[in-house]
Order: sequence, then C-alpha cells, then structure tokens
Amino acid sequence: MRHTIAVLVENKFGVLARIASLFSARGYNIASLAVSETLDPTISYMTMVVEAEDEKILEQIKKQLNKLIDIIIVTDFTKKGHVDRELVLVKVGYSSKDKSKLDGVLNKTGAKAIQHTDDIAIIEMMGDQDEIRELLNSLKQFGIKELVRSGRIAIAK
Amino acid sequence: MKLTGAKILIEALKKEGVEVIFGYPGGQVLPIFDVLYDADIRFILTRHEQGAAHAADGYSRATGKVGVCLATSGPGATNLTTGIANAYMDSIPMIAITGQVKSFLIGNDAFQEADVTGITRPITKHNYLVKDVKDLARTIREAFYIASSGRPGPVLIDIPTDIQQQEAEFIWPEEIEIRSYKPTCFGHPGQIKKAAKLIASAKKPLIYAGGGVITSEAHHELKKLTEKLNAPITWTLMGIGCFPATHKLSLGMLGMHGTAYANHAIMEADLILAVGARFDDRVTGRLDKFAPYAKIIHIDIDPTSISKNVKVDIPIVGDAKNILGQLIEDINKLPDTFEWLKAIESWKKKYPLKYQDKKDIIKPQYVVEQIYEATKGNAIITTEVGQNQMWAAQWYKYDYPRTFISSGGLGTMGFGFPAAMGTKVGKPDSIVFDIAGDGSIQMNIQELATCVSNKINVKVAILNNGYLGMVRQWQELFYKKRYSYTNLTSPDFVKLAESYGAIGICVTKKENVRKAIEKAISIDNVVLIDFKVEGEENVFPMVPAGEALNRMIEGLA
Repeated sequence: MRHTIAVLVENKFGVLARIASLFSARGYNIASLAVSETLDPTISYMTMVVEAEDEKILEQIKKQLNKLIDIIIVTDFTKKGHVDRELVLVKVGYSSKDKSKLDGVLNKTGAKAIQHTDDIAIIEMMGDQDEIRELLNSLKQFGIKELVRSGRIAIAK
Repeated sequence: MKLTGAKILIEALKKEGVEVIFGYPGGQVLPIFDVLYDADIRFILTRHEQGAAHAADGYSRATGKVGVCLATSGPGATNLTTGIANAYMDSIPMIAITGQVKSFLIGNDAFQEADVTGITRPITKHNYLVKDVKDLARTIREAFYIASSGRPGPVLIDIPTDIQQQEAEFIWPEEIEIRSYKPTCFGHPGQIKKAAKLIASAKKPLIYAGGGVITSEAHHELKKLTEKLNAPITWTLMGIGCFPATHKLSLGMLGMHGTAYANHAIMEADLILAVGARFDDRVTGRLDKFAPYAKIIHIDIDPTSISKNVKVDIPIVGDAKNILGQLIEDINKLPDTFEWLKAIESWKKKYPLKYQDKKDIIKPQYVVEQIYEATKGNAIITTEVGQNQMWAAQWYKYDYPRTFISSGGLGTMGFGFPAAMGTKVGKPDSIVFDIAGDGSIQMNIQELATCVSNKINVKVAILNNGYLGMVRQWQELFYKKRYSYTNLTSPDFVKLAESYGAIGICVTKKENVRKAIEKAISIDNVVLIDFKVEGEENVFPMVPAGEALNRMIEGLA
C-alpha cells in the first residue's frame, strides 16, 4: 500500500540524509519526495510517498522518524482527510494537424500547453494522482517523449 | 573575551563537568591538543582509538556520567566507530569528538579525510559537523543533553581544524531547549492505572527487567515493587545488577544462556511486566512461542521499542524510575503468588545452574566463582564477548547496579579490557576485573601500556581455553565438530604482561586459582592472570537460535 507521509523538519544540512537512510537501511524505496521551506525559514516540510507492504515495518519507520532529533512532527496522511497535488510536465509529439485533438485532451483534463514548436508540445498539469494518470493515458496517442513529475505534496483537510 | 574553537571546546567540556577524556592525537586535532597541554582536565592517551571509545563507554557505564573520547580525522575517527556502535546498541551516553579536515577542504579527498558524520549516522543518537565557530558552544551543550537524556546514546561532534583555530565569544547557554526533541519522562497515568489493575488479577506474574532500569537508576523502585508483589524477577544481560542476584525472588538472567527456571517461568507466566528491556532475539528465542500465556506490560522510554518484536498489551512510555514509583502507589490489590512461587522453587531445584567440577582441571566457571568469593561480590566485573561473558554473567552474583559491564547489543570482542580501564578511572577505589577469553583479550591488548603508564590497576582474568570458545561451541553442536579456524595460538601472556611493565601470573592447577586471584588483588599494579582452563567446556543451558525458550540444551553434570 502507498502511504503519504509528511514531516516537518529543521531546515539544516544532513536532515534529508538521516531520513533517507532510515528507509534505505530497511530496504524501502521512497517513491516520491518533495521538500521545501515553510513560512518559518528554519523549518522545512517534506512530503514522502512510500510503498509499504508490511504495516508493522511502516509503523516502526514512523516511530524511528519521530525519534530523529531534527524531526519536529510526523504525519501519516494515509487514513486522514487530506488534499494532495503533483505537477507534471510532459513533452509530446505534435504537428499542426493534431491541434484539435490536443485541444480536446486539454479541455477534458484541464491541462495546459505551455510551449509549441513545429514538432513538439510541452503540456503542464497540476492534479492528484488519478487526474495525472488520466492525462498521461490520453497523451499516449501523441507519443510521450519525456516526462517530469514534481513529487506529491499534501496538506491536511 | 574571544576564545579559539579549541579553547571553547575545552571550556565547554569543563562546564559539562567532564573530568577525563580518553583519546589519541593527530594532525586535525592539534589545536585541541595544544589547549589540553596545560588544561586542568585529565587526558588519558590510549594506544588505539577503539580503546579510547570503549574506555569512555566503560567509564560511563560504571559512573552514570557521560564518557568522552577524542580522535583525529579519517582513520582516527573510523577507529572510534566500533566503540560508538557499541555504545549506541547499549544506550550508553557518550560524546565522541573528532577532528575534521579544514572546512573548505571537505569533500576534496584531503589527507586523512573521511565523511565521519555520514559514517556514524546510523550508529549515533545524533551527530554534528560544526561549520561555524559561533555554533560550537551551543552544539556541545546540545550534544551532552541529547546523549544523556531520554534513551541515552552516543553523540559525535566533528570539528574541522579551521573551526578549532577561529575565534568567537564563549557564550555558554545555561538553558537548553530543542523544539524537535522532547523525550517523554512521565508515563501516562491512565496506562499505569490499567497496568496496576492487570497486575492485581494475575496469578503468575513475572518481572522482566533490562538495562533501562540501570540507566534510569530505578533499582530501588524495582526492588520495592518486586517485594510488594512478591513476584519472581528475571533480567537480561544488560539488566544484570538491577536487582540483587542473591535475593530469594531472583531467577537470574533469562534467554539463550539464561537459567532454565527463568526461561520456564517466561513460558508459564500469565503476566509479564517488562521494564527497560527490549525483547531482543537473544532473550525471546523463537518469537511466536515466546510467553504464550502472558499478557505483557511494557515500560520503556523509547516508543520504537514498544511492540517492535513482541506485541504488547499495555505499553507505558516514559522513565522507568518515575513509572515504577507511580505503579507502586497505584497497586492496591496484590496478586496471590504463593502457588506460583512454589512452582518456581521446584524448577530451581530440578534445573539448577550447574557445571561438572573436576579435581585436576580448571573449569572456567570455577574461576568466576572464585573471583566472586575472593572479592566478596564487591568487585566491578567487565567482560569480553563469548563464553567468558556468559560464564561471568552466570557464575558471579551481582547485587548492585553498574557492577557488571559488558557489550550486550553489539557483542564486541575486545570491549572488556579498555572498558575495565575506563571503569577503574571512574571508580578508582573499586577492584575491577576484566573476565576475558584468550581470543578477545588480544583484540585490544595494546591498552596494557595505557594502564601501566597511567597506573590504572585493573586485573585481567583470561579464561584461556585455546579456542574462540563460543564459536567452537556452535561448531561442536551445530556443525559436526568441524572446528573451522577457531583453534587459537596465543603468546606467553606472562611474558607479554611483563614486557608492558605489568604483572603476569600463569595458573595451571586448580588449587592455585584462588591464591592467584588474591595475589592479583593485593598487587598494586596491573595484573594479568592466564588461567589454563578446560579446552572444550560449553556454556549451558543453551537455547539454540530460533528455538522456543523451553527447548533448552541442558548439557552434562
């Protein structure tokens, strides 16, 4: 099961390494990670998405995260009301005859084309994981050349 | 007034009440050593950085104070790491200070550079790389606070040479407040009340105590509670000394080499009160067969210890001393343990701790018993790791906390001798014996020079069986006696001791064992006794790894 975990941490060097090594030492991969400063510049906010098949190990990791000196608060959003978003940039093949088809996809998904050249379009969209999946499915027909995702960020409701 | 970073460090250590530093100089700590040259703080030059780390660890275990060790960058720091990991596994408060290459050279593969904060991240409670001399005093204050509070542990401070040389105002923060670090001290009152109720309804309660009792200085409360409940008590290797071994409610140590009656009690108990212990695999044996009839109450300061291995019914997070104090007050109905204690008494009679003594051969257990009798149980015993450690745990009766000093979690061979050195420095009036094996003692034997030159008069009892005994025992029992590389040749320990300026005694006859021990105690010098003991003696009872606690191999006798 995928868990979205948010941690408030001291904005210092080495903190990310401490967190990452907790996961890596147990053979866990961090599926996505987003880090940024908060209103208080001495504090950073991290949102992590982790795949955990064993709940007991995840529980242990959350406790271990809490135990790290530089971590202020750990929140597991998985069973809590929250809003999450991701930003995606997609480079697709494009020619002028595709215009109406692409406009259709953009209208339906709420994505935007931020740049066109003669043979390429760059599409951006912000959304939750289902919306992004839907966008990627409908862009496949144009040929996806490159794709970048920001990593999920989440906030409690 | 402005001080250099090196001066700030030493001033800060003095503010923290540090009396002694164990360490080794090198290129990247020269400014610190220049201050130490005429500072009023004791410095003990070990012969290897690992010795310094274990000595600081032993000092801490014996005194309850924070031990301090110091080494240079690169190899100096990496040599500390075994000692740091050892302290981490056993929750020992320790400060490791390392020099680092100049801050602008970090990451350039400079001479004697290693990423020490990176290397020690998983084996420290916390670590610091100081990048601004203005942060140094506060960092040291924080480091000591973190090392010694909550579940204690080692904290490393890595200080680049240029930071040691730069100057700043020495501002000592009297109060310390770390917003992201708030250890829980007081147990939840509701949980304690629930525990009191559960205890009252038990018929076969058993107390299972660990090193946390010693760390939190909760031994008085533990004794009071045990006697109030009239319940039997067992402890882990780390818990030895938390309760008097000679007390009638004592079952001794449990687990892989615990007493049979302690392990039977675990398997039959209907309530286990775990205090400052973490259900280690050497204690539980096969997990799904552990304590099948028991409800479990677990008192621990570290939330990550709760339900990590064994599912707990009532967890109480907090300091053992506070919680036990409250629990004693909250228990108003007592369990009737009469029948339970009778059953335990019959196990004690049926399965006593035993070995087959012989007239013409020195048994290692006999040596430990004789050390107990000769010192009337008033010595501090340190151990190496392996058979010597288990015999020291089984055959010496520890009545007081901080008198058994041993590497529990990490199982570090070579720990006992430098730890004895640190212990003797912290407790100069105590007789300190390192119970060693012929293998382990050779892992940090160089510290004989440190002991002799600093008149740290520890006594070493080598149980010399010519083998790496514990591994040999496993080979005998589980690998068809194929003694693969466990046969050991050793130097002449008497000559070795003498070459260092210590006293060496070799004992080959049983009737000379006691005399040698008494002589060693009476000599005002470092003494190393080489006891030639039975070669293939085994540690029994033994629960094979992965078996249930009541599936013990009893051995002969």
